[in-house]
Amino acid sequence: MSSSGNNLMRWFRGADGSQAKPQEGAKGAPRTRRTCIGLGEFMRNLSGSGEQKLCVLDLGPTSPTNITLLTELGVRIFNEDVLSESRDSSYAVVQEDGSTQIDPERFFAENMDYPAGQFDAVLFWDIADYLPETLVKPLVERLQTMLKPKGHLLAFFHTKDAGAESLYSRHHIVQKDTLELEPIQGFKLQRIFNNRHIENLFKDFASRKFFLGRDNIREVLMVR
Amino acid sequence: MWKPRPEDIKPMSTNPSQPGQPAQPVPPPVVAATPSIPVPPKETPKASDPHRADVGHIGKSVQIKGELTGSEDLYLDGSIEGTVDLRDHSLIIGPNGKIKAAISARDLVVHGRVEGNITATGRVELRKSCTLIGDVSTQRIVIEDGAFFKGAIDIKENTQNVETRKPLVSVASAGMSSGSGSGSSSGVSYSASSDSQGSFLDGK
Repeated sequence: MSSSGNNLMRWFRGADGSQAKPQEGAKGAPRTRRTCIGLGEFMRNLSGSGEQKLCVLDLGPTSPTNITLLTELGVRIFNEDVLSESRDSSYAVVQEDGSTQIDPERFFAENMDYPAGQFDAVLFWDIADYLPETLVKPLVERLQTMLKPKGHLLAFFHTKDAGAESLYSRHHIVQKDTLELEPIQGFKLQRIFNNRHIENLFKDFASRKFFLGRDNIREVLMVR
Repeated sequence: MWKPRPEDIKPMSTNPSQPGQPAQPVPPPVVAATPSIPVPPKETPKASDPHRADVGHIGKSVQIKGELTGSEDLYLDGSIEGTVDLRDHSLIIGPNGKIKAAISARDLVVHGRVEGNITATGRVELRKSCTLIGDVSTQRIVIEDGAFFKGAIDIKENTQNVETRKPLVSVASAGMSSGSGSGSSSGVSYSASSDSQGSFLDGK
């Protein structure tokens, strides 16, 4: 990643680089709806799979709505809340300067343990913007191997206009092209990717399709 | 398996949100003095009532290592490591339940923590206080908003009832906002209130 990208990451990361404990559920937080072209295309690919039972990995917090909708389509759904898991202090190692960071080897020894080519599609959401830096690249590399050829991955990225206080959200698929976003307190935006960063991060994918929303969110549909 | 003695069986609260709470003494039923006073009809006990006489009960202080099998419904609030096999019966895992086991049952309600794969021929309910780490294979699943789940969900078609298929999945989400609070689509129903969670016997 370029030095300007690193500077941006440092700026958003704050002084100690740590994240506050998430407040699950953020009771009473208003949900907002957004229409997603990328999601619509993602779902069309799932629907057009015929008789074959597809495997979809949802990397967000458990969403009953998503499980309902996807199982209705005859999909086998896998759920793994990577971002919440990354807060487990047992994965952290102390650096020479006294700071701590997540050890990817420890983390992936207990998480994201799936065989190669397991999934037809991955809902990556916007976790790349919030994950500890040490996990982002290894996670994307793992996902690339876990996806079947021509498998799809849907990711969201904030633009620089979104602001450092952009809340992490739980994504509920309420319709095939509509999401309901439920803000979750306690996660801090760690970085902002520009388009070139995204292309570099997902460089091993066959194609990347960008959709820019009015709410400063870029949807990117990757095909392995 | 421990079974309640007849003298222990008393009317108890059926509040599903606090199934592990001790029984509150209930005043004896008032005998109607005159025939004009309507006598409330006897409630049919539901399978989800953990204090039902024919439901086995394992308390929160009990720890089991090994294989647990049974031919009756079971309320389990203790700790188990091994396997749990109730084939054609219902299992309720209470809020204090800590299970590290593969579970096989007809219907399953999880309030506590489960690490292991679940196979159910009927329905699985993951309540908001539950943590489930493992794969689920079932015909129907109900997940309350707030439940933590890590694993895979595989919905099995009931080959006997393909013609008259019931909703495969229903969702209860207490915190849903307007517009997503309730609704239905083909083969799926969901409701906004956790109160709408039925017992094992509902919807069958």
